[in-house]
This record gives sequence, structure tokens and C-alpha cells, in this order.
Amino acid sequence: MRAALEKLGAVVLGWLEHTGRTFNLLLLVTVELLQPPYRFYPVVRQMYFIGARSLTLIVVSGLTIGMVLGLQFYNILQRFGSVDLLGAGVSLSVIRELGPVMTALMVVGRAGSSITAELGIMRITEQIDAMDCMAISPSKYLIGPKLLAGLLSVPLLTMVFDFVALFGGYFVGVVMFGVAEGSYVNGMIDTVEWSDVRIGLEKSLIFGLLVTLICCAEGFYMHLTKAGSQGAEGVSSVTTDAVVLSSIAVLYSDFLIEALF
Amino acid sequence: MTSVAGTAASPAISIRNLFVDYFPRRILTDVNLDIPASQITVIMGQSGAGKTTLLRCMLGLKKPSSGSVHILGTDIVRASRRELNAVRKQMGVAFQGGALFSSMSVAENIQLALREHTSLDEKTIQIMTRIKLDMVNMLAAENLMPSELSGGMTKRAALARAIVMDPKLLFFDEPSAGLDPSTAAELDQLMITLKTTLRMTIIVVTHELDSIFKIADHIAVMANGRVIEFGTPQQIIASANPEIQGMLNRKPRENIVDTDAHLRRLVGG
Amino acid sequence: MDKLNIQLVTGIFVLLGIATFTYQAVSIGGVSFSEQAGYTLTARFDSISGLREGAVIEAAGVRVGTVSGISFDPDNYQAIVSLRVNEGVPVSEDATASIRTQGIIGEKFVKLSQGGFPDMLGDGDEIAATESAISLEELVGQYIFQSDAAQ
Repeated sequence: MRAALEKLGAVVLGWLEHTGRTFNLLLLVTVELLQPPYRFYPVVRQMYFIGARSLTLIVVSGLTIGMVLGLQFYNILQRFGSVDLLGAGVSLSVIRELGPVMTALMVVGRAGSSITAELGIMRITEQIDAMDCMAISPSKYLIGPKLLAGLLSVPLLTMVFDFVALFGGYFVGVVMFGVAEGSYVNGMIDTVEWSDVRIGLEKSLIFGLLVTLICCAEGFYMHLTKAGSQGAEGVSSVTTDAVVLSSIAVLYSDFLIEALF
Repeated sequence: MTSVAGTAASPAISIRNLFVDYFPRRILTDVNLDIPASQITVIMGQSGAGKTTLLRCMLGLKKPSSGSVHILGTDIVRASRRELNAVRKQMGVAFQGGALFSSMSVAENIQLALREHTSLDEKTIQIMTRIKLDMVNMLAAENLMPSELSGGMTKRAALARAIVMDPKLLFFDEPSAGLDPSTAAELDQLMITLKTTLRMTIIVVTHELDSIFKIADHIAVMANGRVIEFGTPQQIIASANPEIQGMLNRKPRENIVDTDAHLRRLVGG
Repeated sequence: MDKLNIQLVTGIFVLLGIATFTYQAVSIGGVSFSEQAGYTLTARFDSISGLREGAVIEAAGVRVGTVSGISFDPDNYQAIVSLRVNEGVPVSEDATASIRTQGIIGEKFVKLSQGGFPDMLGDGDEIAATESAISLEELVGQYIFQSDAAQ
């Protein structure tokens, strides 16, 4: 009994330490980024990697999700004879919920996992130590641009996702099932308020920061975990952890934001 | 037992009462060491003796549990980040696996410190890069990526990166590990050149006996987390410590075991 | 991929993101950078239940403005609604503002019916005649109550 309690305590402490370390990193990098020199090209490079290279995935998944939503809502609404609400239903769920969440999850899978793997490999091959010994702050040099790029790229990707998903819903509703174009578009315009668009934007900013922060911290602090001494296997296990943790963080913070605002 | 170098000039590095614990194990126990300036000091010992931990303490990568590490007059254990970085700008480190940044070419690896810490113009940076690459005989590999390099080339590129800022101190972790004898000899020669021409203080961590006696001015022998002997190569060879004699006289295993008995053990008969 | 290409592709990505955002904010979200010219009237209602800020104002079924603010008057226990009416839509002093519903479960909107007075209301004036929101439950309740009483 006592042993079990101690074990539980150790696990809880471990998690607290983990969380503290992650947010400490955010604080550290923020302070470092505020000090000159400011460099923009590394941020552009990371935005290319996190944002631009994810565009195809985002367009394809956005279109698919939009079409699925169109089908679902159409099926439900036609039973009540109110297919006129199709535009409203699709646009509200895409802009408030699905756009930010799905985009963040896609970025976790595509860019987040490789951020963790890259930093993990740099850690175990002593590249991060080498940078430290050159009196170059690895957190500023490696993580700063990634955090900024994540913070900027995820909202931009979300907007593209939303747009494409709305088109997907339009295609299914108007082109395939013949819902009146005016009622789809006007339903969208009348229902969605600026506050909905703003909440979608705010969510995607928070998700962008959370996802990149967690993925960076998992790789960067790999040596402080059990995986640190396991070489390549350790890298793969922290990468899995990073994907799981950041996905949960996205979903849970989505719930929190919805509940609080 | 601990001993201190008898050189007159103030030491480049002086370590006092250094303890490192990695709960529940004690890795370093009361290490005292003075590393003389402008000479080559080799830290030798078997795997697990604490060499790497001692090196990491000297680089400021590992905070010891207690004790002090003075490098060029600054106690880096208690130094602020700024002070530590000021010391680090005078140090060059060549890591065991090279630790070249995999996203940059060899030249970019070497240029990073110059770009971050100096305001030299592009042309000067290019020239300095070539000079360092030439010193390690790597001019042809300038635009290769680290993944395209052989083991020996990686070590040489790492060395070029370590000396690009003309540091006062050079740390070299296992320079000859995994290298063929001629490449290893080349690196040894290079270190001697760096010492004599640039008066660099060089600290080498290794267990390769051949190389140790070719390059070392001083040797620190480590075992079980302690420095058990410190002195010139002659003093070490003459040491009466049985542990050291064991390390020095270790012969390849084939010469020790009875071949027949060994084969019988392998086939389980 | 060289530096120029990376910058170019990233630039296109950023522009695409900003363009789609602008579309959502302006076309769908209804943010306008230059507020449409018009004037604000107020009206008091006993109940506005269901009316929200941003709801449509209609005259003869045509959209002529939006509800720009809703506040509560604790003295009279009434709702004060600010109506932003578009330029070029005159409202006479005896006009009526009523709260109506689009369909049975649809959104609430404000309906303006013009009166016969020649004098028109200006910015900040109050529409005196109002009809409150009609609650379906109350109507049903009244009907049942009346038919009970009649028996």
C-alpha cells in the first residue's frame, strides 16, 4: 500500500516537474527573444517548414472535413426540412471548432513530431551541448524561431483550412444537393459573428504556441527523462510522447476555452 | 590520493574538492586537479571512471554537487550565465561524435561562432574558414554536409570548428576513438602543432595508450571517480600504483587466454 | 532548396493565410472597416427575449440597419435597444418598432413600420411606439387560460 502510494507520488511529482520545465522553457525563450540581436530569416525558414510545407495536407484535409460536414448536416437538416440552415451549421462548426482543432492536430502530426525528433537527435549527439559550449544559447537559437513560427503558422493554416472547408460544405450542399446558393451563403453570413471568427483565431494562436512548445520541450529536455539514455529508441519514444501530449493539450485547452469564453 | 601539478605558472584550470552525485551514485569524489597552461594534459582512465563527467564539469555542462572549477580565473560553477559565456568564448570543444550541426554544411558549422560572436565581414569569415579547414586538411570538404563525412573527417571538421575562434583552451573528447591509426596519428600531430604554434592549453580525454604517450605533457589518471595519479608521462610509467600498472600493461586478450581453453569455453564443451 | 525559394514560398503562404482570414472576418464575420453611414435611434421594450446585438432591422422586409446595443433600465424594468439605421432611411416620429421572429424557431429581428407624421426622427431620438417580443409559450398559455375562463 505504502509502496503504491510512493510510486503514485513519484509519478505525480514527475509530471509536475515535466510541466514546470516546459513552461519554464517558454519563459526563458521569451526573455531571450526580447534581447537583441533579432533575426528574421530563421523564423521564415521555420515558417516554411511548419506552415508552407503543411499547406497541401491542410487543403486536402480541410476539403474532406468540409464535405463530410456538408453531408452530415444535410442528412440531419433535411429530416426537419430546414436545409436552409446548412451554411450556418457548417460555417459555425468549422470556424469555431473544427478549423483550429483539426489544423493543430495536423501540425502536430506533420511538423511537431519532426521538431521533437530533430531536437532529440541534436541532444543525444551532443549538438546542443556543442552550441552551449560555443556560448550560443541553444534555446534562443533553436527553439525561439520554432516557437515564433508555430505561433504565426498555425493561425494562418487554420484560416486556409476554414476557407477550404467552407468551400467543401458549399460544394456538397449547393452543387451536389442543390441547396439554394443564397441560403447557404447568407446563412453563413447571418450566423457567424465577428466574435466567432475571433475565437477561432485566438484558439489557433494558443494551439500553435502549445503544440510547438510541447514538441520543442520534449526533444530539447530529452536527456532529463528516462529516454535520454536510450539513443535512437529514446528519440522515437519522446516523439510519441510529444505527439500524444500536444494532441491532448490541444483538445483539453479547446474545451477550456469553449467553457470559459 | 590526489596530487597537484608542480608547474610554476598559474594553471589554466584549477579544480578543487569536486563532488558529483547522480543520485544514488557518486560519480566524482573529491577531485583536485591543476591543469597547466599551454601544455597538453591527458585525462585517462577506463570507461566509467568519471572522465566524461569531469570533462562536462569543466565545460559548464554539468553542475557539480560541491567544489569549484576555476577556468582562466573564473569559477564557472558559481558564475552567472554571462560570465560563463565569456569564459566559453575562450574555449573550443571537439566532442566525441563530432557533434557537427547536421543541418549545416562543414563550412557553415565552422562559421557559426564567427557569425554569432564577431562582426567580421563575409570575406574575412570565408578566409578564416579556409585557413582552419586547411589546418585540418579538410579544404576539399568545405561544402559537404556532416552526413557525407567519414569518421576521421568528422573529427577533423569538429576540431576545425573548435579552434575557429583561436581559443586559449581546447578540449578534445576521445580524439582517436574509432579512427584508423594513420588518421589518429595525424590528429595527434595536429594537437602538438596547435600547442607549439598557438600556445593552446589542450585537454584530451582518452583511453588510447599509444596516443597518450605521444602527445601528453601531463597525465591525470582516473579510476572510480577519483584522480588517482597526476604527473608527467615518465612519472606515470614509474608509478607504483598497481591500478595504473594494470592499465598500462594491459595486453590484448588473445595473448592472455589459453586458446584451447577459450575455444572450449565458447563451444560449451 | 535555396534561400530565395524558401522566402518566396513562405511569402505566398503568409499572403494566402491573410487573404482567407480577411475573407472570413469581412465577408462572413461582418467586420467593416468603414462603418456604414447612418444614425442611431433608441426604443424601449417590455421584453426583447431572444434579440441579440447585431440582429437585423427590417422595413418592409428589407434590411435597413442593425441592433447596435442592448441595455437594461432598472427603473422601469425595460430593455433599451439602440438601433443603427442606415443613411437614407427616414423614420417618422410615430413609427412603430416591433420585435418579430423569422419563422417559428428562427432569429429575432426588429421590424420598423412607418407612421404618417411628416416629422422625421434624428440621431439619438427615441421611437415611442414599440411592440415587445411575442413569446410562444405566453400566447399558448393565454389561449388555454381564456378558453378555461370562457367555459
